[in-house]
Amino acid sequence: MSRIQGYAKNAYPLANFLAPLRGARYTAQLMKLIRELTFPLIAILAAFLVGGILVALIGDDPIQTYALLIGSALSWPDGIGYTLFYATPLIFTGLAVAMGFRCGLLNIGAEGQLTVAAFATAWAGISFANSSAWMLIPLTCLVAIASGALWATIPGVLKARFGSHEVINTIMMNFIAVGVASALTQTYFKQQGDPILETLPIGDGAHIPRIGQIIPGIPARIPLNMAFVVAVLACALMYVFLWRTKWGYEIRATGANPNAAEYGGISVKKQIVLAMAVSGGLAGMVAINEVLGYRYRYYQGFSPQYGFTGIAVALLGRNHPAGVLVAALFFGALTRGGLFVDIFTEKVSKDLVLILQALVILFVAAEAVFRRRMGKTESQV
Amino acid sequence: MLELRNITKRFGNVLANDRVNIVVRPGSIHAIVGENGAGKSTAMRIAYGFYRADSGEILVDGKPQPIHTPHDAIALGIGMVHQHFMLVDTMTVAENIVLGAEPGTLISLDIRGAGKRIRSLSEEFHLAIDPGAVIENLSVGQQQRVELLKALYRQARVLILDEPTAVLTPQEVDEFFQILRRMREQGKTVIIITHKLDEVLAISDEVTVMRDGRVLGHRKTAETTAAELARLMVGREVLLRVQKKPAVPGRVILSVRRLSMKGRLNGISFVIRAGEILGIAGVEGNGQTELIEALAGLVGESELSGSIDFDGREISRLSARQRKELGIAHVPEDRQRRGLLLDASVAENSILGVHYREPAVTGRSGIMLDDASIRARAQRVIEGFDVRPANSELPARALSGGNQQKLIIGREFELPPKLLLVSQPTRGVDIGAIEFIHRKLVALRDSGCAVLLVSAELEEVTAIADRLMVIYAGRIVGEVDPTLATNEEIGLMMAGGSRTSDED
Repeated sequence: MSRIQGYAKNAYPLANFLAPLRGARYTAQLMKLIRELTFPLIAILAAFLVGGILVALIGDDPIQTYALLIGSALSWPDGIGYTLFYATPLIFTGLAVAMGFRCGLLNIGAEGQLTVAAFATAWAGISFANSSAWMLIPLTCLVAIASGALWATIPGVLKARFGSHEVINTIMMNFIAVGVASALTQTYFKQQGDPILETLPIGDGAHIPRIGQIIPGIPARIPLNMAFVVAVLACALMYVFLWRTKWGYEIRATGANPNAAEYGGISVKKQIVLAMAVSGGLAGMVAINEVLGYRYRYYQGFSPQYGFTGIAVALLGRNHPAGVLVAALFFGALTRGGLFVDIFTEKVSKDLVLILQALVILFVAAEAVFRRRMGKTESQV
Repeated sequence: MLELRNITKRFGNVLANDRVNIVVRPGSIHAIVGENGAGKSTAMRIAYGFYRADSGEILVDGKPQPIHTPHDAIALGIGMVHQHFMLVDTMTVAENIVLGAEPGTLISLDIRGAGKRIRSLSEEFHLAIDPGAVIENLSVGQQQRVELLKALYRQARVLILDEPTAVLTPQEVDEFFQILRRMREQGKTVIIITHKLDEVLAISDEVTVMRDGRVLGHRKTAETTAAELARLMVGREVLLRVQKKPAVPGRVILSVRRLSMKGRLNGISFVIRAGEILGIAGVEGNGQTELIEALAGLVGESELSGSIDFDGREISRLSARQRKELGIAHVPEDRQRRGLLLDASVAENSILGVHYREPAVTGRSGIMLDDASIRARAQRVIEGFDVRPANSELPARALSGGNQQKLIIGREFELPPKLLLVSQPTRGVDIGAIEFIHRKLVALRDSGCAVLLVSAELEEVTAIADRLMVIYAGRIVGEVDPTLATNEEIGLMMAGGSRTSDED
């Protein structure tokens, strides 16, 4: 109790200042927001600091390197366009992992789910290639979501029914996903003589428009497409689902304390299956960006581990849809900037971006230690 | 021996200790009492070097000593046993005790020599602890004695014990007090932090009362009373015994017949009527938990046999949710594990169990949570049950134990219940809140609700219940009139008559 008063009066002068204006409820929320934002921001700054030292050690100028990194990620229109494009799949996988986390599940299988979804989406796009766009786009989107959801439901059911751990099962399902998609592609969907393991192209009706085709001023060569809009909508929907509906309440209650959820008449097993299905569906939506919006086919290795980067995005975004959105944009910007760093600096390669990502995660994870330290002096009066 | 002089400590804007003065005489048992948050643990943690005071000084044997870390305290002969034990479960007693103070040279650990010393210490104080035993095989009471040994092994002359009896059964408490008296005889000084007044009166020589970070008085235990201490602690007159009218039982609300659960419950039968409180006394672990959970619908149907009739309807196949809909409310014994979403807000906690229906969910869709009506409900609970601080947006974790409990009880009262299953309603709750909760339970009874009350505190069940059953080894061993039965009588039944010691 006193700890909270301590926060209210001391640590967050801004929230305190606004208190009389907005009422206690908003103060509490604002305080929470500030508290939530502090650590990720510190983590990012610390990561850039350490990364800068590394750059200097390698022999390049850190300030120039960072200027290049940030400048190329935020230039108009290409920088921003590509940053948003690279962020899109990470929004989906970040949301997927966050959804699992909210129910106390660690879905490491987003990679497998999006692989299966991408293949299934391509399959639908090829098989019904002659349908009109009005039919085909909804159908292929639905297939993307449903196939991802289905793939994730399997470990969900295994957990609910037999208690087998979702981490093990989702990892295993990743291997199966890649294997099955490759085998089917090789056997049934490959173009004769194509040296790359990829399917035939999907029907034109399944192509979703690029942003450049809709908004004038953005060149159509930038692959940013409607999937980004879908991703932003998904963030909003996930927020509403988790915090404004009774289903979301049940998922969060299960994640927060399964014993209490059971006491509250919530079927923990049902929630586990449901959360895995929704999580898998979100991961599957990566296919909308990659298959329907960009490559127009499935090919093996299209995902540079979006599913695993999604874990980092969720962690940095604190498992909140808004946080995931921001974290994914940040990671997208790093990816875009990394390419330029790779080309235009003498010594630093684009691995700098991976190092920065790893450092951010390291520092975010260190928060627990940090909070314990603070807790030691502030709690338990 | 140990003296705190003008100790002041702030956490943020909270004054946890305000010019605290405590003098502990050598060779005495000194109780420090106060409600949760009164600053007693803070003061003692400062004495143990866990926190540093903002101002003031600590005197050991009359000399001011800088105690900045627990190491300093240990070097001065001050030991502390925390409420939550700090033991490694998979290691032996001896290994745990030497941890951090390993004997022997750099590479050779002289665990055998340590074992010998531990054994002789254990004998000296009649602790009956085998240095070779593995911690996870020991009972909670035994683990606590290992913690005592740890302090004694480090040659503590002053032992600070933070709420040591919170985890013990009544029998273990008696045993534990014997050990403390033996320590006093051997010249040790014991400081015991507690909020249970009967324990203060039973064990201590002197007592210091704290409230809101200040010391409000020192007394010789022999010269004070529970009523006086309670008044100092709470700051007003406290009714230690609830005022209640005789019960006016109505129709039968709950009728349980031959309820059994393998190895846990053995043919339990009883009825509860509207407007009465049926108490169940018993040593913990004799089937109370299972009984309540079975009635609440939290035990798998396949594990149970027998029948449960609620309001004329067989309910043993209904889910927890369906039972709640019929009007069966449940205050679980472990509020943090079962009863709360600690990181969720008070408002969200106030709808747990009814979150899927009116009034938490409104509108045509039937799926969207209604923020305004949830907040209104939370506000009713907060006001009706004096939950502090009165902010429905705070996480439940931020509330003290007593306020968490009031939140749960308030939520269950909102159901509204025809039958309330309530387990350990005042465990870890401070005196003011205990009085409040008891009054609310009696008021609920007077409004015509049936109440099944399980408590390990004999005082509590005899004070509140209209009828009292005793449970032992999953079986109801008898029913007594709580106004007539003596504690000895009930205690004997709780111990299963004469069959106590040969059970395990």
